[in-house]
Amino acid sequence: MNAADAIRAEAAAWLVKRGENCGEAEQAALDRWIAQSVAHRVAYLRLDAAWSSADRLAALRPPAEEEPAPKRLLPLLMRVAAVVGVASVLGVAAMHSFAPPPERSFSTRIGGRETVSFADGSKIELNTDTLIRARMTTRSREIWLEKGEAYFSIKHDRAHPFTVMVEGHRVTDLGTKFFIRREGARVEVGLVQGRARVENRSIMASQSALLAPGDVVTATDDSMSMEKKPVAELDDALAWRRGMLVFHRVPLGQVAAEYNRYNRVKIVIADAEVARRPITATVPVNDLAAFTRMAENFFGLHVARNGDEIVVTR
Amino acid sequence: MIETPDTGRDDAGLRTAGASMSQSDADLWFVREVLPLEAALMQYLRRNCRNKADIADLAQDVYVQVYEAALVARPERPRAFVLATARNLLINRVRRDQIVRIEAVADLEAINVALDEPSPERTAIARDTLRRLQAGLESLPPRCRQAVVMKKVEGLSAREIASRMGITENTVNRHLTEGMLMLADCLYGEAAGKGGEP
Repeated sequence: MNAADAIRAEAAAWLVKRGENCGEAEQAALDRWIAQSVAHRVAYLRLDAAWSSADRLAALRPPAEEEPAPKRLLPLLMRVAAVVGVASVLGVAAMHSFAPPPERSFSTRIGGRETVSFADGSKIELNTDTLIRARMTTRSREIWLEKGEAYFSIKHDRAHPFTVMVEGHRVTDLGTKFFIRREGARVEVGLVQGRARVENRSIMASQSALLAPGDVVTATDDSMSMEKKPVAELDDALAWRRGMLVFHRVPLGQVAAEYNRYNRVKIVIADAEVARRPITATVPVNDLAAFTRMAENFFGLHVARNGDEIVVTR
Repeated sequence: MIETPDTGRDDAGLRTAGASMSQSDADLWFVREVLPLEAALMQYLRRNCRNKADIADLAQDVYVQVYEAALVARPERPRAFVLATARNLLINRVRRDQIVRIEAVADLEAINVALDEPSPERTAIARDTLRRLQAGLESLPPRCRQAVVMKKVEGLSAREIASRMGITENTVNRHLTEGMLMLADCLYGEAAGKGGEP
């Protein structure tokens, strides 16, 4: 074996080891190995990129040994055609008259909440001010989260992978309940149950993460970070599914921003010190009066309605 | 790649944009701009290097030099830069080894013209990633493929794969290592050029 092949083999062994949720010590050892020479680094970059993009294999029907395609084709077509739950959703549009795979979009207004049920048993709950597009074909199930937030309960079917595209990131379901929240270029993916993979597609799959329950990935255009949260905390983050907002020692400014996602009337905290005061509360998403009472009674703040704004001052 | 006799003779490919890059920018640049050129690079090296056993090392040297150069100043045209780097490496070897091989030199010189074409590789790879990976997967030895499918399609851990396949975790890791190396070749290198080249 020549020197270059030996280095590649070593890089591959490192990557396989790291893939198994290795600890900080092993990551540090890998970092040291990479830093030893540029030859190590380029070998690592090459294999890491290839191995990460191999995650896209999840979008494939597994080859040969599986059951033959024709058998499944017809029932699946029928299932896809029978996407239900459309009536409960505001926007229904299939603009691409030229595109054979039916693409539909579903949306909610500010303060709205809707559940889209698919015939395969999967469900997507749309939170306030949310837009998704869905394309279900005989080979795959693809969703684009254009804006807002949604909770996915997906019936896993490895022959028909379920993926969500959001802001250049791709979430692949591996048997899962998860949520995705998009705010501009910032994307948050939290896994409630099962398993899912998040990968950044803006470059050739340079980063990807396999999520376990409680994992929350925060991704932007060029970064991805993951933290582990107690499941109870995820439940709080998903209280909107019951029409509620749950805050545990959350600064008032953030509480206002959260309220503002659900209401046309916007809360404005006109004082930086006030905006930092923490609050613990459980309130209905559209109950602005509850917010006003909290502000006045707990904090002794001055609350004034000004057109479409509720202005909070000291 | 269209080969035409050299007329220009300038080192067009070695011009750089000037801006230096951080290590993480260089990493991204390398993955995005350089790796998709691997098929073209390998084809060039194979055509011009007599000792086939040296090709892997040569390719690595090209990558190392390109990466190091990019840290200092990002090359304006990656394809031209990569191929010009390969040519210079080969020329240095020819000089060092006192080997005179007319057709090799002619081909090396021809690069200057070929360099200026826009790079089709990056878009081609992006579009074909799945197809190449699929072809790569199918070319793996059966047990190796099985392990890679469980890992990448089903998202299982090495331990789960080991218990399903009835083998040790070490063996699973060996399969995955082998699979990773072969898939990378299919995606970027050796096998990648076969489908697209006439």
